[in-house]
Amino acid sequence: MVADAAPSKLAADRPRALTSLPLRAWLARRLEALAIPVGAALVGFLLFGLFLIALGKSPLQLIDIVWRGGFGSPFALGNSLQRAAPLLFAALCVALPARLGLVVIGGEGAIVLGGLAAAAIAPPLAGWPAPLAIPLMAGAAALAGAVWIGAVGWLQAYRNVNATIASLLMSSIAIALANHLIEGALRDPASLNKPSTLPVGDAFMLGPMPVIGVHWGLGCGVLACVIAYLLMDRTTLGFAARIAGGNVKAAQIQGLPVGRLIVGFTALGGAFAALAGYFEVAAVQGNANGTLAAGYGYTGILVAFLARQNPLAIMPVAFLLGGIEASSGLIQRRMQLPDATVLVLEGLLFLVVLLSETLYGRFKPFNPHLWTEKREAAAAGGAA
Amino acid sequence: MSDDLGLWSVPLAILGGAIRVSTPFLFVSLGETITERSGRINLGLEGTLVFGAMSAYATAVLTASPWAGVAVAGLAGGAFGLLHGYICKFPRVNDVAIGIALMLFGTGLAFFFGKPFIQPPAPPLPAIPFGAWSDLPQVQAALRVNVLFLVGAALSVALWWGFRNTKAGLVLRVVGDSADAARALGYDVDRVRLVATALGGVLAGIGGSYLSLYYPGSWNEGISSGQGLMAVALVIFARWNPLACFGAALLFGGAGALGPALQSVGISQGYYLFYAAPYVLTLALLVATSSPDRVLAGAPGELSLSK
Repeated sequence: MVADAAPSKLAADRPRALTSLPLRAWLARRLEALAIPVGAALVGFLLFGLFLIALGKSPLQLIDIVWRGGFGSPFALGNSLQRAAPLLFAALCVALPARLGLVVIGGEGAIVLGGLAAAAIAPPLAGWPAPLAIPLMAGAAALAGAVWIGAVGWLQAYRNVNATIASLLMSSIAIALANHLIEGALRDPASLNKPSTLPVGDAFMLGPMPVIGVHWGLGCGVLACVIAYLLMDRTTLGFAARIAGGNVKAAQIQGLPVGRLIVGFTALGGAFAALAGYFEVAAVQGNANGTLAAGYGYTGILVAFLARQNPLAIMPVAFLLGGIEASSGLIQRRMQLPDATVLVLEGLLFLVVLLSETLYGRFKPFNPHLWTEKREAAAAGGAA
Repeated sequence: MSDDLGLWSVPLAILGGAIRVSTPFLFVSLGETITERSGRINLGLEGTLVFGAMSAYATAVLTASPWAGVAVAGLAGGAFGLLHGYICKFPRVNDVAIGIALMLFGTGLAFFFGKPFIQPPAPPLPAIPFGAWSDLPQVQAALRVNVLFLVGAALSVALWWGFRNTKAGLVLRVVGDSADAARALGYDVDRVRLVATALGGVLAGIGGSYLSLYYPGSWNEGISSGQGLMAVALVIFARWNPLACFGAALLFGGAGALGPALQSVGISQGYYLFYAAPYVLTLALLVATSSPDRVLAGAPGELSLSK
């Protein structure tokens, strides 16, 4: 319509537009993707501050305590990073299927099964060289998680069973199964008060990473996030997954193997979550017991959504939440607040960030398509 | 005395356990049925259930009236439902994710404000001893039925009837099956869903009050252990039918009671597997009733589960 009205005017406009617009448009979109979630998180913190003020507590004191308890000293940093490690893996179990449009919330079950698989395979491997046994344990964990969450993907892709509900059910079944085995067939007879599997043995335990002093789960978690990012944003496979997530029919018409993509990405997510369980067993606990279901899978859902399912953004978000959770004890002691304070803050952040989804595409400075509409409207108006 | 019954004590204990354990399932699943029939899913009812349990217990401690506790739990649940229903009307806001966030938020608030109420005792809700005719203590225990269970049973019949035979039920179903059709008829889709989600929250809150005021009958942070989430699965199991919710709640409750009942006669193996039985059943039912070219027979058309 504009072309009919003033072709010459548009053509005259074009050289100027081409040089400046794409870069500005690219920048604007990046800024939107950063500004909206960060702004939403700030609103969440602000609301939580008001909540504290209403209870007669000081938000500034809370900030001070979270800083000291989560980030302010090498010890606090190490504590935060140690808590962030399983969150990295657990969040990937949400973020990878999310690119295909699936909400998978069963990471907790994959974590528990992964830890259990690693602990179960360790005693038969006793005496093997560690460089051989450690990958086998990690592999057993990853396989268990991949099968478990991959099955959720398979059910969605080939049987049309909703992945959210299926993963929820599979997670509960996994936790029940793990409890059954930990208290039954796999129980270490010596563990009386706290049912556990046989210890994996010192030879197969992972030490801390050099310099940072945090266990290897952190390094592997960061690596997993980078791999997930490259896979999603830099390969044709990831591109195909995003198309399938956007429009299944279009993807099928293009001949993309939607079913296999779904199974593959859910299985990969499950394998990652299971590695969180593996590191809990092989770097922290030393055996598989009830504390494997510590809620990392659920916090991982929060991390993934706060990071807007972006594997690179998962890293800072997991670090932030790890730090907040690490300072929970100090919050209790210094401010006489219950340990659920962190849970309230997390719930509030989650709500506000989800609500901010509705803001995308509404602010003109962030949205090039709104600029061009104005430009075209002006051009059409000028011609008339 | 207790040996007289022998193995018969197992089915009796399961029946009694089913009646005792099923009430929260029943209320949450009826609430979720109303919400899902309007085309939205609220996974946050787990948080509502826990907050209902806390607020009911706290109110009962402070006022010495368990029924005031039930009322407050219902109101609090309704507030959570309103929050969910209001937030979800905005474009591009995912109702499933909001539910997960509200689950976290509700549980967090319940634990936050519930700390001072873990110790003091609260007056329990009354029960009706339908087993008074029997001399056997097991029979008496099994047939002590709480008033809320009867209310829930009546409610499931009323909802089943109301969905079919009242204008409100029809509007709810139209909104849930086709938002476009409802708009064409002049109904405010967002408002119907807001009311449906709020009602769902009220029922979930009341379900929570049963947990803390009758069975197990105290407030602690492990009180729900995922029953609110299980009830969401139960709704699918019951195919969005309130009458079937009643049966499914008894079944789920019975499965939960099977483990302790078997333990009491010396069978302690497989406790956790019995606990997981309802999940396996629901998953099997989901798989059996879905197929590659058809999604979830009987599901409301607007539900994100069936899209």
